[in-house]
Amino acid sequence: MVKKTAERIYLGLIFLFLYLPIVVLIVLSFNDSKTRVQWGGFTLKWYQNLFDNSMITNAFGTTIFITLASALLATVLGTLAAIGIHAMRAKNQAIMLGATNIPLLNADIVTGLSMMLLFVRFMDLELGMATVLIAHITFNLPYVILNVLPKLKQCNQNTYEAALDLGATPLYAFFKIIWPQIRAGVFSGFLMAMTMSMDDFSITYFTKGAGVNTLSTMIYTQMKRGVIPEMYALSTILFLIALLLLLAMNFGSSRKEKMKMRERI
Amino acid sequence: MRKLGRQLLAGPYLVWIIGFILLPVVVILYFALTNSEGDFTLSNILAIGDPIHLKALFLSLRLAVVCTVICLILAYPLAMILNKTGRKRQNLIVFIFILPMWMNFMLRILAWRMLLNNNGVINTLLETLGLPTLNIINTSTAVVFCMVYDFLPFMVLPIYNSMARISQDVVEAARDLGAGSVTVFFKIILPLTLSGVISGIIMVFVPALTSFAISDLLGGGKVMLIGNVIEQAFNQQFNWNLGSGLSIVLMIFVVVSMALMSAHDKEGGGAGVW
Repeated sequence: MVKKTAERIYLGLIFLFLYLPIVVLIVLSFNDSKTRVQWGGFTLKWYQNLFDNSMITNAFGTTIFITLASALLATVLGTLAAIGIHAMRAKNQAIMLGATNIPLLNADIVTGLSMMLLFVRFMDLELGMATVLIAHITFNLPYVILNVLPKLKQCNQNTYEAALDLGATPLYAFFKIIWPQIRAGVFSGFLMAMTMSMDDFSITYFTKGAGVNTLSTMIYTQMKRGVIPEMYALSTILFLIALLLLLAMNFGSSRKEKMKMRERI
Repeated sequence: MRKLGRQLLAGPYLVWIIGFILLPVVVILYFALTNSEGDFTLSNILAIGDPIHLKALFLSLRLAVVCTVICLILAYPLAMILNKTGRKRQNLIVFIFILPMWMNFMLRILAWRMLLNNNGVINTLLETLGLPTLNIINTSTAVVFCMVYDFLPFMVLPIYNSMARISQDVVEAARDLGAGSVTVFFKIILPLTLSGVISGIIMVFVPALTSFAISDLLGGGKVMLIGNVIEQAFNQQFNWNLGSGLSIVLMIFVVVSMALMSAHDKEGGGAGVW
């Protein structure tokens, strides 16, 4: 009994630690006082300002574009790569996977800086949307490959070969046999890539040009200048989006699990 | 023949590896080993011996260790409690602990600044209660607070996953053979979760060692970590060679600490368990 209570208290304290900062931001987003944290009455004006501020809406748009585009391209490139790597001899596989691990293990700041040096000094590219996109695809690729490869290893190679022997074209055999078996891995790779891309700061910071901002780099610049209360409103909205997305995914997966259970019965 | 065709699918990725993974490493090595005229020099790497840089490196290592230890102490019991709760509530609780992770990284820093500021939420509360106020903004304490907040999930999830994999049969077998809770913990739970602990340590230690944004925004320029030194070498002094040299040193530290941890993993997680 005592143990149970202690556990409850512990969970409660961690819960407080995790959510107190978020609650503070949400409460402050309705606070009609610009500088002090004291309560100055209820207001929605920060939300109004938020939607009128083109700097913030632009950063929001850029974030969504970079996140979706980089995750999508990394998923296509990464899935193809995983299929190719899977067909290689063990030694070549090890080399490819070793290289795949580099952006995963390297410090973000070093990855960002080395790519910036490559773009500016070696390729003579101007920093901007394209360089951010390339950088994001690069650090997203390992997540896709490492999610798809285990699924490919679980596939029975013979069924694919059998389909080919029976006259299926490789593409048809792929979509009929391999794809259903790796789909879950591709999807979780895509989701992971999206999460990483959305939350990235360091790599974007070094590879973006002067005019381009994602939410992370925009908030950073604003915080360096001094806090503007619109950021609190932005936090509340982003928190709600995260909540809804996670809820949707959670319910989706638990429904799937229920279906699986039923199938077994 | 068929295999060769499939291997070609990795072709675009191979080009990507060479162009955007290996080439950047070569370029940063080139900058690290040359001076502004392009002549070979080791001075950018040896610049780590400069007292200011050395101080930043030691502070980074110290804060990263402190942050990792706090995360481990907080996360291990948490993972145990999460693992014990019933199936139905488990999903909900895991969900609750993952949700804050989905908040933007920068906004989480902003939140801590509002909490810890001298006229922030915590101090305002303390003042109304008539208690002495805290002065932790712009100190390493504030930086560690935020680091723990940011990186805690990276510690919880691998430990929780390794714990969920432990078969209940093993634990019950040990109990049947007369092991008490303490023995079960040290002989079964701890060894079997060691691989999770180690990946957790790596996933917290490396970003804590190399981050610069948290110390920049919560340290008020007073907490200089090695990441801040590198960032300033690039963006303020425009000394790209020096910045590259220090980056290489940082990379070596990351690789060494990871090698140390995974060597330990092989001893502890493999044959040593049984």
